[in-house]
Amino acid sequence: MISLGIDASGKVAGAALVRDGELLGEITLCLGLTHSETLLPACISLLEQAKVSVEEIDLIACTKGPGSFTGLRIAAATAKGLALARSIPILGISTLEMLKENLSYIPLPIHVILDARRGQVYTASFLGGQCIRTEQACSLSEVLEFAQSLEGKQIFLGDGVLRYKEEIYAALGEERLIFPEGSSLLQRASSLTLLAEKKWNAGEREVFHLEYLRKPQAERQKEAGELKDFQIIEEECAERVGKTEDRLSAKNYPV
Amino acid sequence: MQDILLLGIETSCDETAAAVVKNGREVLSNVISSQVALHAEFGGVVPEIASRNHLEKIDEVIRLAVKEAGIGFSDLSGISVTVGPGLVGALLVGVSEAKALSYALKKPLIPVHHIEGHIAANYISHADCQPPFVCLVASGGHSHLLLVEDYGKIKIFGRTRDDAAGEAFDKVARAVGLGYPGGPKLEKMAKEGNPDAFHFPTAKMEDSPYDFSFSGVKSAVLNEMNRKKMLSEEVHVADLCASFQENVTEVLSEKAILLCKDLGVSRLAIAGGVSANGKLREKMQEKAEKEGISFYSPKIILCTDNAAMIAAAGYYEWKNGNFADYSVNAYPSLSLTEG
Repeated sequence: MISLGIDASGKVAGAALVRDGELLGEITLCLGLTHSETLLPACISLLEQAKVSVEEIDLIACTKGPGSFTGLRIAAATAKGLALARSIPILGISTLEMLKENLSYIPLPIHVILDARRGQVYTASFLGGQCIRTEQACSLSEVLEFAQSLEGKQIFLGDGVLRYKEEIYAALGEERLIFPEGSSLLQRASSLTLLAEKKWNAGEREVFHLEYLRKPQAERQKEAGELKDFQIIEEECAERVGKTEDRLSAKNYPV
Repeated sequence: MQDILLLGIETSCDETAAAVVKNGREVLSNVISSQVALHAEFGGVVPEIASRNHLEKIDEVIRLAVKEAGIGFSDLSGISVTVGPGLVGALLVGVSEAKALSYALKKPLIPVHHIEGHIAANYISHADCQPPFVCLVASGGHSHLLLVEDYGKIKIFGRTRDDAAGEAFDKVARAVGLGYPGGPKLEKMAKEGNPDAFHFPTAKMEDSPYDFSFSGVKSAVLNEMNRKKMLSEEVHVADLCASFQENVTEVLSEKAILLCKDLGVSRLAIAGGVSANGKLREKMQEKAEKEGISFYSPKIILCTDNAAMIAAAGYYEWKNGNFADYSVNAYPSLSLTEG
């Protein structure tokens, strides 16, 4: 079985190729370029280097969120295009779970934090491969509170560490903390792809959808009653051009 | 010559669309998933909501387009996709999907400018529509008056100084309480009103006779609304709409005819969402006839965003050898290349 994993959920654009549980190769790019420009070329050069043709791929692994909305969609649309063309499945893996895989062999609590801006982090905590605090978007202080309730040394990883290192030190003290260096700190496509293959072989099947953990701003404002002048209008608006009134149903319009 | 079958993909705003077009002119399928109703709640297109829905729908839309065309992926000659201008997050969904499809299917990738797509909608609807012709492109995001010298060869003569024509329609519709999208609603309301009830100003462009400005007329309508409100007088919305529409369509059609005459071009076309406006089509037709100019307008379903027009434009890009490599990006403010 050959699996191609792609990720653009954060700062890095990554691609990895796995055959039967073994890593054939991995590309991690942190160039500050748009992922859109680098992600597919990275996949292509990886396949070329590994002398694997696109027809040989059995499974696409892709991060399903949380992370940068746009980055997630670039990877997801790339995954969908490849999967649609080749009629192969996509298995979505949580970005937080994928990050935990970087160090999951260490028997200590791992708190994954991604900077979600607006004073929040996307986070989940794990111990020995098991999730001990579910995925959510919340303030850093809630994560720290949870971490303080645990005993002993703990690991923090994800790009939130880059932003909140000082705060974490202040809350838990240096002797209780491990911050991984270098490539273990951020998303690694090999972690994604190896985990996806493992899950696929264990029978995990799920329709691929992104899970953003956060609603679009406009929706949040609407729910908070902050959108003053919006109005729910009747649906005949599409009538004039003859388009469907159904929400999001696709239809052929013969010309 | 072998038939060229192109898959077109369009996700620049709030329609997820895919289509298969043969040789740039014959539409084999034209699938659209419209998000209009989703955005109506917010009074306009919400980029993040649009992008999320594009990603959810795009596979189904493409699959349906290929199925309705009665072909398989392997029958395609290439994949054309809108790379700009538009909402960047929305464009990226179509561009990323198209790139991956192109690579995995081993079919060439053809980048298409959204406006060139709108212009190409005329090639689908009219077999005799060929360059050179003058084209008025008017939509929610664009107002251009240009000469199509040859396929893919454009010269711009006029553009808007402020609001796009469709944007002015949307803003006025919103101000008078018609909601979003404003164009179709305003047109419907205008049918009941008197187009001569108000005389709104038209901007004079001394230095550039082909440029447009719609902020003046838009403000005039809004001022009239406010004045009536202050006096506690009733606002006759239908008259306001009819007079506004009269003003805008008169300016658009006058300038388009003027450019035809100045350039000595005998063909005139319209494109973009605003070209679905019945009053505009009527005026252009009348004026063109009077001057002995042939007038072309796309079918209504091809006026608003669709992918058939992207595949049609892609065909001529194909003939010009304009292919993209896999580092191509989405370009939210891509300008029209003249030349």
